[in-house]
Amino acid sequence: MTIDGPPAAARTDWLDWLRRRLFAGPIDVIVTLAGLGLVVWWGPALFNWLFVDAIWREAGSEACGTPGAGACWAVIEARGRLILFGLYPFEQHWRSATACAVIIAVAVLSCIPAVWTPFRLSTVWIVGFSTFYILMSGGIFGLASVGTEQWGGLALTLFIFASVSIIGMPLSILLALARRSELPVIRWLAAFSIDLTRSFPLLTILFAAALIVPFVLPQWLQGDKLYRIIGAFAFFFACYQAEIIRGGLQAIPAGQYEAAESLGLGYWRRVWLIMLPQAFRNALPPTINQFVITFKDTSIVIIIGLFEVLASGNAAFGTAKWTHSYVEVYVFIALIYFVFVFSLSRYGAFLERRMRIGHD
Amino acid sequence: MQGLLRDEKIRGRLLQAAVLAVVLLCVGSFIVTARQNLLDQGIATGFGFLFHSTGWDISFSLLDYTIDDPYWWLLLIGFLNTLMLGLICIAVATVLGTLIGVARLSENFVLGSFATVYVEIFRNVPLILQGFFWYAVVTHLPSPRRALSVFDAVFLSSRGLYVPGLNVAYWSVALWAVLAVGIVLLAKRLAGRSVGLTPLRVGWGAMAAILVLGVAMAFVLTPAGQPLIDVPYLKGFNFRGGLRITPEFAAIAIAIIVFGAAYIAEIVRGGFLSVPRGQLEAAAAIGLGRFAIYWKVRIPLALRAIMPPLGNQYVFLMKATSIGIAIGFTDLFMITSTSINQSGQTIELLFIMMMLFLVINYSISTLMNLVNRRLALRGFDNDD
Repeated sequence: MTIDGPPAAARTDWLDWLRRRLFAGPIDVIVTLAGLGLVVWWGPALFNWLFVDAIWREAGSEACGTPGAGACWAVIEARGRLILFGLYPFEQHWRSATACAVIIAVAVLSCIPAVWTPFRLSTVWIVGFSTFYILMSGGIFGLASVGTEQWGGLALTLFIFASVSIIGMPLSILLALARRSELPVIRWLAAFSIDLTRSFPLLTILFAAALIVPFVLPQWLQGDKLYRIIGAFAFFFACYQAEIIRGGLQAIPAGQYEAAESLGLGYWRRVWLIMLPQAFRNALPPTINQFVITFKDTSIVIIIGLFEVLASGNAAFGTAKWTHSYVEVYVFIALIYFVFVFSLSRYGAFLERRMRIGHD
Repeated sequence: MQGLLRDEKIRGRLLQAAVLAVVLLCVGSFIVTARQNLLDQGIATGFGFLFHSTGWDISFSLLDYTIDDPYWWLLLIGFLNTLMLGLICIAVATVLGTLIGVARLSENFVLGSFATVYVEIFRNVPLILQGFFWYAVVTHLPSPRRALSVFDAVFLSSRGLYVPGLNVAYWSVALWAVLAVGIVLLAKRLAGRSVGLTPLRVGWGAMAAILVLGVAMAFVLTPAGQPLIDVPYLKGFNFRGGLRITPEFAAIAIAIIVFGAAYIAEIVRGGFLSVPRGQLEAAAAIGLGRFAIYWKVRIPLALRAIMPPLGNQYVFLMKATSIGIAIGFTDLFMITSTSINQSGQTIELLFIMMMLFLVINYSISTLMNLVNRRLALRGFDNDD
């Protein structure tokens, strides 16, 4: 039982609502008035700064930063392309934009329950991801070749996020199964690597991948720094996601497993047909949460020296002309993250409600 | 049947042997390649470099540091900086997060909306972006000559925040903390020994004793001829005296606190919502007042749901301090990475850093597990 709103009849009575939600007691009156005072005091100033006094077009941007001037959104018009596409060749920006659109479409598609079969989900992701990769790197279909060192901005952020998910997800399933395996060596190895990885900050793992791998792998196996970091990031993601899946597996009643065994199903068919579908259903809310965290964490690669959206944002106000517009640039980038993360977490909340309906 | 079982066992053993062999092979080849690479690049391995002097300076340190000091001293400084930043952030974020979480639960619409907006904004924007933002804000503050000041004792400028400091040494603060813990332990033993020693009275007594001890120590241990309180003042282009909170520390601390508080608010809210309504109704039915219901029933029950995720959050916040490098706060990670650049001892330094992080995280989770066990036992076994 939850503390929900009042019965429907009372809800229509707005006077009662006012009394209950705004003026329930002397302390409530003070809090309400103080809060409203704050809104009246700061609200208009903020609104004026954001919209009324704001400078929208690059043409009038000389006034930016002068006293009394509002937000300088002109910086987004002037430097927006840099923020979104980084150092990608200017004439090829349409490719980067299309690639971003494709990967966002894939993410949206995979949120639709009708796509939730292993076959459809993997098809959508493999097709979408290959399209993204071909568009970005070129070299075939008459597209000019663009090296990963020129990738940047939002496209790089999305690329890292998508690759981490696409590599990390199957890896996490393997790790979760290994940790529940009956074979002690495999169980210990999985538990050891998961627990160890989870106790370090992501940054140190990425840093180690960038620095240690060149020492321990022969030249031909090292690969690009970008791919090394994605590999380490994916492993980090898999370790957290494996624990989530393991939680989902543990919540499955033992009878399910025994029934499958008594039907004579082998290990992999038990896993594939009985265990994983239920585990994923159990683990859906924390999985979405993990994706949210991972998307936000992609910003950490800026420290390793990759030119993702935050780094290109820093570069956007890095010139003398726009140096005073740092707030605007950060608000713009924060808005990009907010749109992605907020919609994902709302979607997670929707799923949770939907599943609860199924259970009750 | 018997044959099949044996077959499966053998299969399992073979699989394990194969996995183990592959892992060992990989690790072995890593070591061989690493040795070869190190030899080729002429890098000496081992931990001898820890005793060489560093030759470079850092911007923020709790302990005395000169460029002649050895690497191990520098790493200790980084460790302490990380620990201090993390502990301050955890403490403040817990208080702020609890307030916001409770505010979100409030029936008051305005308060609830404020809390909701706060949580949604600061939880949904990456921590490192928030760090950059606050750093940009702090460094764009007015210059020291136009600093914002409060009573000419606290100054806020682009050089950071200057507040009056106590003229006492770190070791005396540490001594005070140790004595304070001693007093608390003594108070715990004394409480309930006789009728006059109620836990409440003993508690107040202990608090007073700690305070008096602190004041007395401050007076006795202050160097002769120096004022007890060191107030900052403007001299030339910068401030002198007082306690300086650097822009880097301020920015990273604000970012982690604000971000962490948003998460902790959600944990607290979830904990309170998880208290079954029947418990509260039962408490009301046996005639407990609002205050007693809150303190004796609601909070103890909510705490049990709050503590486990809160412990995870603390570990997370501790790990989050490593992004301080993005804006130049000299935490353990930044010191390690600069040391790697300067000395070239990549593997050793990374190993030390990771071990130190392991120590911090395991200490936190051990501590939180201890608290958890206490909380759980008290509810089920005895009711004191």
